[in-house]
Amino acid sequence: MQPEKSMAPALAVTVLVSVGRHPLTGRRRRADRDARGVELACSAPGAKVSLLHAGVLDEASEAALRDYLGMGFEALTLIEQAPGADVLPALAERLEAAAPQLVIAGERAEQGEGSGLLPYLLAERLGWPLVNGLAAVEGVEDGIATLLQALPRGQRRRLRVRLPAILTVDAAAPAARQSAFGPARRGRLEVAEAPVVEDPALAEWQMVPARKRPKRLKIVKAASARERFKAAAAKAEGGGGQVLADATPEQGAEAILKLLREEGVLTR
Amino acid sequence: MLETLLPILIIAALGVAVAGAWRRVRLWRQGRPSAVPLLKGLAALPRRYLVDLHHVVGRDKVMSNTHVATAGGFVAAAVLMILVHGLGFANPVLGGLLLAACATMFAGSLFVARRRRNPPARLSRGPWMRLPKSLMAFSLGVFLVTLPTMGILPAVLGSWLLALALTAVVVWGLAEMVVGMTWGGPMKHAFAGALHLAFHRRAERFGEGNRSTGLKALDLEDHDARLGVETPADFTWNQLLGFDACVQCGRCEAVCPAFAAGQPLNPKKLIQDMVVGMAGGTDAAYAGSPYPGKPIGEHQGSPHGPIVAQKGQALVDAETLWSCTTCRACVEECPMMIEHVDAIVDMRRFLTLERGETPNKAPEVLDNLIATDNPGGFDPGARMHWAADLDLPLMADLQQVDVLLWLGDGAYDMRNQRTLRALVKVLRAAEVDFAVLGNEERDSGDVARRLGDEATFQSLARRNIATLAKYRFQHIVTCDPHSFHVLGNEYGELGGHYRVYHHSTFIAELYESGRLAFRPWKGGSVTYHDPCYLGRYNGEFEAPRNVLRALGIQVAEMERSGFRSRCCGGGGGAPITDIPGKRRIPDMRMNDVEATGASLVAVGCPQCTAMLEGVVDAGAEVRDIAELVADALVARPAAKATPPSRQPVLEEEV
Repeated sequence: MQPEKSMAPALAVTVLVSVGRHPLTGRRRRADRDARGVELACSAPGAKVSLLHAGVLDEASEAALRDYLGMGFEALTLIEQAPGADVLPALAERLEAAAPQLVIAGERAEQGEGSGLLPYLLAERLGWPLVNGLAAVEGVEDGIATLLQALPRGQRRRLRVRLPAILTVDAAAPAARQSAFGPARRGRLEVAEAPVVEDPALAEWQMVPARKRPKRLKIVKAASARERFKAAAAKAEGGGGQVLADATPEQGAEAILKLLREEGVLTR
Repeated sequence: MLETLLPILIIAALGVAVAGAWRRVRLWRQGRPSAVPLLKGLAALPRRYLVDLHHVVGRDKVMSNTHVATAGGFVAAAVLMILVHGLGFANPVLGGLLLAACATMFAGSLFVARRRRNPPARLSRGPWMRLPKSLMAFSLGVFLVTLPTMGILPAVLGSWLLALALTAVVVWGLAEMVVGMTWGGPMKHAFAGALHLAFHRRAERFGEGNRSTGLKALDLEDHDARLGVETPADFTWNQLLGFDACVQCGRCEAVCPAFAAGQPLNPKKLIQDMVVGMAGGTDAAYAGSPYPGKPIGEHQGSPHGPIVAQKGQALVDAETLWSCTTCRACVEECPMMIEHVDAIVDMRRFLTLERGETPNKAPEVLDNLIATDNPGGFDPGARMHWAADLDLPLMADLQQVDVLLWLGDGAYDMRNQRTLRALVKVLRAAEVDFAVLGNEERDSGDVARRLGDEATFQSLARRNIATLAKYRFQHIVTCDPHSFHVLGNEYGELGGHYRVYHHSTFIAELYESGRLAFRPWKGGSVTYHDPCYLGRYNGEFEAPRNVLRALGIQVAEMERSGFRSRCCGGGGGAPITDIPGKRRIPDMRMNDVEATGASLVAVGCPQCTAMLEGVVDAGAEVRDIAELVADALVARPAAKATPPSRQPVLEEEV
C-alpha cells in the first residue's frame, strides 16, 4: 500500500498473516481474520503496511500467501521455519528489529494450534499492550492510536492506546478486499532467515480436526413474529451468576462445581 | 473548366483519402498483435460482405434494399467516375453506366433521407443527419458533370456561376464520400467495415449456419504480463478495427436487455467510447442515446490511458461493463459483425484479475469457486445429496457408458433438482445407458469466466477435462445451457473435445427414434423462452420446439423469440454483480410471456428458471422442458418386450 504523502510520518504497520484452511474442503487459502487484518491496516490513515509470515514454505502455503499479495502488495516477508517449529521467537526477534508501530493479527489461526495465544505471547515478550477484537484504526496522533474495539451485538468501544501495540482482529472488522490474480502472481516472497526453535510440546500432541463448540440452544417461546424478533435482538441477560471477589481457590472450585451440578453437566 | 478541374479534384480527394487511411491504420495498429491471414481474409471479403453481412442487414428489407442501392450505386459510380473523369475514358458506354449508377445511388439516398426525417431513438444523429444530403450531393453532382461529357448538354454549362456551384456540390460529395471514408464521418464505416470483415478475429463465424461464440482463452503462461484490457491499446488491432467499423445503427441498443432495464449500458455507446479511446478525446461528440443515467460529455480517454478509472471517471464506468448479461443479442443483431461481448469480457478480465474489483457478491462467488468448486460455497461432497434415493450410476463404477449426464451446479439448487429428477426419469424411461460423475463433477467455470476470472475458469476446466479423460462415453447430456456451451465450445481450446447435447436436443432425438411416448397435452396455452446460451450461442432453436410439439403443445411464440429472444437477466454473472437499473430484466421477460396469454412458459435453463420464477406476481408458471416431458410419459406401446434396463425404472413423483 502506498502511504498518503500528506501524512508526514508514515505509520509503520506490520500484519502477521498465516496460511488459512477452508472449513469445508480444507484447501489452503488466506486466513479470513488475517485478511481482515490486512484490510484494516490498509484502511488506517497514513499506514505503510508490510506483511510478515513465519512458517513452512511449500507449494500449498505459497499459493495461500500469494492471496495476501493479491490484495495489492509487492512483497511479503517470509521467515522460513521447519514444520512443528515454535514461530514465536522468530517473530519476536523480527518485530524487535523492524520496530513497527502497530502489529495486527487475526485473532486465531485456521489451522495448527489455533489457540489464539500467539499475539498475547508476542505482546508479553515485547512488552507491548494488546487490544483484541479490533474493528477499526481511526487515527494515530503523537504516538497514541485511537482504536475502535468490537463488542458483542454491534457495540463499539473507542480506546486510546500508546504505540507500539499489538492488535487482533475479529469477524466484526470489515471484510477483506478481493485478492487479484495478477498482483498475487507477480508479488515477491522475500525469504528471511531466522533460527528455528523446536516446539517440544507440539511433537507430543495429537492433532484432530476441531469440532464446533457446542452452544446452548436458545428456546424461544414466542407466539408472534414480533416476540421472536425481540428475543433474537435482545441483549444476553446475565440473570443468574455471581461475582466472586478475593475468593480462595477452594471457594472458586466449590462455586464452579455447584454451577456444573445445576447445569446438569455433572451428575450427583 | 470542369474538364480540367474534375481530374484534379478526384485525384486530390483520393490522395487525401490515402493519407487518412494511413493515419487510420496507424490508430488500429496501436493494438496488440493478432494473427489473421491477411490475403485470405481479403479474398474472403466479397463473400463475407455480400452473403454474411447482408444476411444480417436483410432482416430489415427496406433498409437492406436502400443500402444495396446506395452502396452499390456509390461503388459503381466511384469506380466509373475515376475512369471517366479522372482518367478520361469518356466513352458512351462507361458514361451511360456512370449515369445509371448515380441515378441508383440517388434513389437510395431518397430512402436514407426518408428514414432520417423521423429517425428512431436507436439511430445516432449528429453527422449522420447530413449523410442523405451528402449522398445526394455526390450522386447528383457526378450525374450533372457527366452529362456534358456525354454530350447530352453543351460543354459550357451556361454561366461559370453555374459551373462553380456544380463544382462546390461535387467537392462536397467527394469530401464526404471519399475523404470522409478515412478521415472520419459517417462513411468511415465503409472503409473500416470492409477491412474489419476481411480481418475479423472470428473468421470461423462466417459461412452459412456457422457460429463462433466461445470466448477466447487468455494466455496465463507469462507471469509478468498484465492480464486483460486496461487501455484501448490493449485490445488486439483487429478488435480496434472492428470498433471503428460501427455504423451507429443502434440495433444493438434496441435489443440490449440491460439498456431496456435502465442499467448503465448501451452497446453502441460502448463501441463508440472505444473509438474515442483509440483516437483520444472526450465523448462529447457522440450523438446517440447515452448510457441510461449517465450524461454525455463527462468521460474521456486516450489510447494508453485506463478505460476504467480507479478513482473518478475515465472512458467507461465499471458498472457499465458489469451490466452486461453476455446474452449476445447485440452481436447477433450487429450488421457490422462487431464482437461486443468479447470486448466487455476482455475489460472485465483486467478489473478482476489485475485490480480485484469485481463488484458486489462476485468476489464471494469467485472465492467459493476456488475453495469449493461451486459458486454457492457448498460442500463438494454434498453434490449428490439430491439424488440420494435415485441410485444414480456413477462413472467411477461403470467406466464406460453411452451418455454422461452433466448435472451442473443446479444440483445444489432445490428448484433445479426437480428438473434433474425429471430428466433422470425421462432417461430411464427411454432406457438410456447413462451415468453421472457425482462428486467428481465441478462447476464448468462459466460464471468465473464471464466475471473475468480466467484463472479460476482455466483451473476448473483443466480439472474437469482431466476427470472426463478418465472415462469413456459417447456424449455428454446436460440440462444447463451454460455448461453445454462451455463444455462444447470453450473446453476445446484447453484440450477437451466432447459431443455435448442439451437435454431438449437429446429428448427430441429419443422421441424421434421412438423411445419415448407421451400422453396428449391437456394444459393451457404454452410459450417457450429461448435461453441465450442455447439459442444464440449454439443455434438450437428447433429441438425444444420439436419436443413441445411432440407433447402436443402448440407454442404461442413471444414477439422476441428464436435468435431475437430477450435475455432472462441471468447470464454473465449479472445476478451476482447486480447493477441497479430502473426495471428488472426478468420482469420485462415475464411481461413478454404474459403478452402471449400463455399460462405456462417452458424453459430449458436453470438460470432462466430461477430468474423467471423470481418474478413477483407472475401470470405464468415456469417449467423446464424435462419436467413437462416427465409428466407426460406413458409406457411405449412396443416397450413391453424389451429387457429390463440396468437400473430399475423408479416410479416417482416429480
